[in-house]
Amino acid sequence: MTKLLPIELTVNGSARSLDVAPHHTLLDVLRDELGLTGTKECCLVGECGACTVRLNGRIVDSCLVLAVEADGGEVATIEGLAPPGHLSRLQQSFLDEGAVQCGYCTPGQVLAADDLLRRNPRPTVAEIQEGLAGNLCRCACYEQITQAVLATSRAASDDL
Amino acid sequence: MRSFAYERPATLPDAVALLDRHGAGARVLAGGTDLIIRLRDGTCRATLIVDVKRIPELLPKIEVADELLRIGAGTVMADIASDVRVGRHFPALAEAAAVVGSVQIRNRATLAGNVCNASPAADTLPPLLIYGASVVAMGPAGLRRIALDDLLARSGTTTLRRGEVVTAIELPLPIGRVGATHVRRTRRSGHDLASVTLAVAIDDAGVTRLAYGSVGPRPLLVVDHTGAFADPHAPEAALQEVFDSMFAEARPSPRSMRAGPEYRLAMLRVLARRARQAALDRLWES
Repeated sequence: MTKLLPIELTVNGSARSLDVAPHHTLLDVLRDELGLTGTKECCLVGECGACTVRLNGRIVDSCLVLAVEADGGEVATIEGLAPPGHLSRLQQSFLDEGAVQCGYCTPGQVLAADDLLRRNPRPTVAEIQEGLAGNLCRCACYEQITQAVLATSRAASDDL
Repeated sequence: MRSFAYERPATLPDAVALLDRHGAGARVLAGGTDLIIRLRDGTCRATLIVDVKRIPELLPKIEVADELLRIGAGTVMADIASDVRVGRHFPALAEAAAVVGSVQIRNRATLAGNVCNASPAADTLPPLLIYGASVVAMGPAGLRRIALDDLLARSGTTTLRRGEVVTAIELPLPIGRVGATHVRRTRRSGHDLASVTLAVAIDDAGVTRLAYGSVGPRPLLVVDHTGAFADPHAPEAALQEVFDSMFAEARPSPRSMRAGPEYRLAMLRVLARRARQAALDRLWES
């Protein structure tokens, strides 16, 4: 019997206390224990980015982080990007630009794009491609995804 | 993933004691970007994972003191790539850290982990070799400094002893003017492992330090004292002679899926020429 370890996390602003198996990843726990299935499991080797979440202010592949490593940390998932029933401007841009086809990679793409815009509010196309290089899209919506990030960036700067 | 026990020691002596007691059954966990993959696919069968990220001596920190740049073992690639002091004194290392994996990987992968993993294709190893980096390790017998060139044994294997934990990587600050760069060849731009990875440092005395990886069981460091590599007007024959000598030990694996041996050997020379030009440009503009 695997010994469970107690951890405490803040997930999308809510404090959570859990008992986790040492070999369960943050991805496993978000999906299976907390029911946050917006974070996707895909390659499990840190290449595709479908499991991207923000941990302590930085995006990571949650398939490569043990849940117990996140103890005491703050996690943000796609569910926390906007209030329930609403979309962030970035999410709306993904829809407007047709950047969502099958949608499986979209939560990870959106979190990586959100992270890029936080660090660099006016990215160039090259900077967008580099910022999202860790997120693969098998539907090959890369052009539309880039346009969605550019549109969000332009809309944000128009507000200033 | 197969189950294992997990410990998160609060002190360095506790970590050393755990690793010493469990020997080969224990593995150090830093960023996890290689280890978690290997635990999942079964190529690593550790029964105890020792997470060293909360040990005070290993916390992410870059500092300059005593003519050294010291990078704490917990420091991740993203922080090395963006650090002003690393960029000023060790641009080839900053460039290499910036191309490891993706943003997600660079936010997690540590430099010390890249070193201890000892992959022949590790992008940060050639820059660390040309800059004369040392690894600081604490073990049951105390603290010791190991020149990186002496640490790398072969693919996946270092000369670290039972119970030893790397606490920092140290780079001596360059004396005099140095022009340096890191270049690599990959199958695709963006997120890929290197088919060839190479770094060059040329100093104002005409000495060149060049290191290359992904063409043999470990990255190799070569030094050209003839001055031919550093001479922008060196005749082609002299340059070829230097390349022949520099790359004599390159042994690319015929089994790699990333690139064939002939291609890698040809690209070594192409990359060496590009890196030479970039390093010379930097030497004279510095």
